[in-house]
Amino acid sequence: MHLVNIDDVEMRYGGPEGTLAVSGLNVKMDRGEFVAVVGPSGCGKSTLMKLTTGLQRPQKGAVVVAGKEVTKPISIVGMAFQNPIMLPWRTTLDNILLPLEIVEKHRKRIRTHRKEYVERAEHLLELVGLKGFGEKFPWQLSGGMQQRANLCRALIHEPELLMLDEPFGALDAFTREELWCVIRDLHANTDVTVMLVTHDLRESAFLADRILVMSARPGRVLADHEVPFARPRQLDLLYDNDFNHLVQELHSEIARARDNA
Amino acid sequence: MSTDAKGLNFVKLAPWIYTAALFAIWEAAVWIFNLPVTFLPAPSRIAAAIVQYWGPIWSNSIQTLYTTLLGFVLAMVGGLAIGLLIGWSRSIYAGLYPLMIGFNAIPKVAVVPILIIWFGIGSIPAIITAFLISFFPIVVNVATGLATIEPETEDILRALGAKKMDIMIKVGIPRSMPYFFASLKVAITLAFVGSVLSETVGSNTGLGNMMAAAQSRFNVPLVFAGLVMLAIEGIVMYAIMAWIERRMTGWAHRSSMG
Ligand SMILES: Nc1ncnc2c1ncn2[C@@H]1O[C@H](COP(=O)(O)OP(=O)(O)O)[C@@H](O)[C@H]1O
Ligand SMILES: [Mg+2]
Repeated sequence: MHLVNIDDVEMRYGGPEGTLAVSGLNVKMDRGEFVAVVGPSGCGKSTLMKLTTGLQRPQKGAVVVAGKEVTKPISIVGMAFQNPIMLPWRTTLDNILLPLEIVEKHRKRIRTHRKEYVERAEHLLELVGLKGFGEKFPWQLSGGMQQRANLCRALIHEPELLMLDEPFGALDAFTREELWCVIRDLHANTDVTVMLVTHDLRESAFLADRILVMSARPGRVLADHEVPFARPRQLDLLYDNDFNHLVQELHSEIARARDNA
Repeated sequence: MSTDAKGLNFVKLAPWIYTAALFAIWEAAVWIFNLPVTFLPAPSRIAAAIVQYWGPIWSNSIQTLYTTLLGFVLAMVGGLAIGLLIGWSRSIYAGLYPLMIGFNAIPKVAVVPILIIWFGIGSIPAIITAFLISFFPIVVNVATGLATIEPETEDILRALGAKKMDIMIKVGIPRSMPYFFASLKVAITLAFVGSVLSETVGSNTGLGNMMAAAQSRFNVPLVFAGLVMLAIEGIVMYAIMAWIERRMTGWAHRSSMG
C-alpha cells in the first residue's frame, strides 16, 4: 500500500471563482521513497504539500496518507520551508523541541521526560553537523546552519513523511551541496519518506528516486522519471554525462510546460 | 583605543552638555534681550521658584505622577488584553478596530468635562484621561505583533495539530512582546499629556492645576517650574520604560525581526 495516495485531486483557492491551483492531480508515494517535485513557478507545488499535510482540503478527489483520508492536519509529517523561521527568543535546541510541545503524542510527556527528548534533539544536531550549537540563539547561526537546525525541527517528532518546500533555495552553492549530503544521509539512515519541492533540477536528480514534473497552473503531473543512479550517490555524480542528460531533459520539459500555459 | 574611549565618553556626556547649553543660551537670551519675567523667566529665576515653592511643587508632582502611572498601568493591562483579543480573531478585529479609531480621534480635552460630570473633581478623571490617551498605541502595537506572524510558522504548527491557543502561546504572545514594550515608551509620554490635560481643565490638585492657577496669578516662573517638573518626570519614566524594553526583549534587537 502507498504511504501517500493523491487521487484525481482538484483544489481552488478563494471560493468557486478563485484560482484553480491544481486539477487532475495524481501522486503516489511508497514508504521510504524519495520523490522530488519540479515545475514552473506558481504551478501548485506548495499546494501539493499543503494538500498532503492536510493544511488545505481538496474540492474534488481524495488525499489518503498512511491508509487514512486526510481531513485535518496530520502530525506524522515534518515540514521545512525555504525560510527557516526559527523563533528568535528560543535557543536552537528549544526551537527544535517546539513540535514536541504541540504534537498530541508528546506534549504531555515532554514535561516529565524532557531529558530524553533533549538527547534526541542533540543526536539530530550531530547528524546535521551542528553538534554543540544547541544553546546558541538562531541569530547567532549562519543561514546554512539555521536551515540545518530547521531540518532537525522537522524531524524531531520522528515523522514518517518529511516535506521539504524549496528548503535550500536561499543558500549559496557550496552550502547547498553540503546540505544535499545531509539529506541524502538522513534518508539513507532512517526509513523516512521524503517529498522535496525544488526548482533546482540538479538537486532533484541528485537526491530523488523519482522526479515528478508538473504542468503550469492548474498543476498536474506531466511526467514521472525514475532516477537510475545507484546509491549511495557522491557529489561527483553532478559531473556525470547521464546525470546531465537527465537534468537537460527535465529542463526542456519544464520549459515546454511553461510555454504551453 | 584611547580615541575610542574618548569618543564613547563624549557620547555619554552629550545629553548633559546639550542640556546645559540650552539652559545657558536661554539664560543669556533673557539677559541680552532684557525679557520681562512675565514673558519668559530665566532658568535661574525658575530654579528660584522651584526652591521657593518646593512644598506645593513636590506634592503636586507626586499627585500627577500617581494619576499618570495609575492610568498608564490600566492602559498597559487593557491595551495588552484588547491587542491580543484583536489579534486573536478577524471578526473581533473587524468589529472593534473602527470603533477604536473613532474613539481615538475624539480630542480627549472634550472628554474631560464628561468625566468630571460622572466622577466629580478629583483624581479619577485624570487617571481615566491618562488611560484613554495612552491605551491606543499599545493596542495597535500588540495587534501588529500578532498580525505579522509569518504564515509559514503558522503552517508548520498547524500541520502538527496546533490549536489556535497553542499558536498564540508559543508564537503570538512572545512575538508581540517587543512591540508591546516598544509601545510603552510612547504610551507613558502620552499618559502625562492626558493627566495634565485633565488637571488643567478641571481639578484641584496636580501639576496641571498648579500651573493653571499660577498662570491666572501671573506667576510665570511657577508655571515654568511646573513644566520643568513635568519634563523631569517624563524623561525618568521614559528611561525606565526604555530600560525595561531592553531587559525584556533583548533578542528582538539582535535578530532581524523588526
Ligand atoms: N492562499 C492562497 N490564496 C489564493 N491563491 C493562492 C494561495 N496560495 C497559492 N495560491 C495560488 O495558487 C497557485 C499555486 O500556488 P503554489 O502552490 O504556491 O505554487 P508553487 O509552489 O508551485 O510556486 C498560484 O497561482 C498562487 O498564486
Ligand atoms: Mg511554492
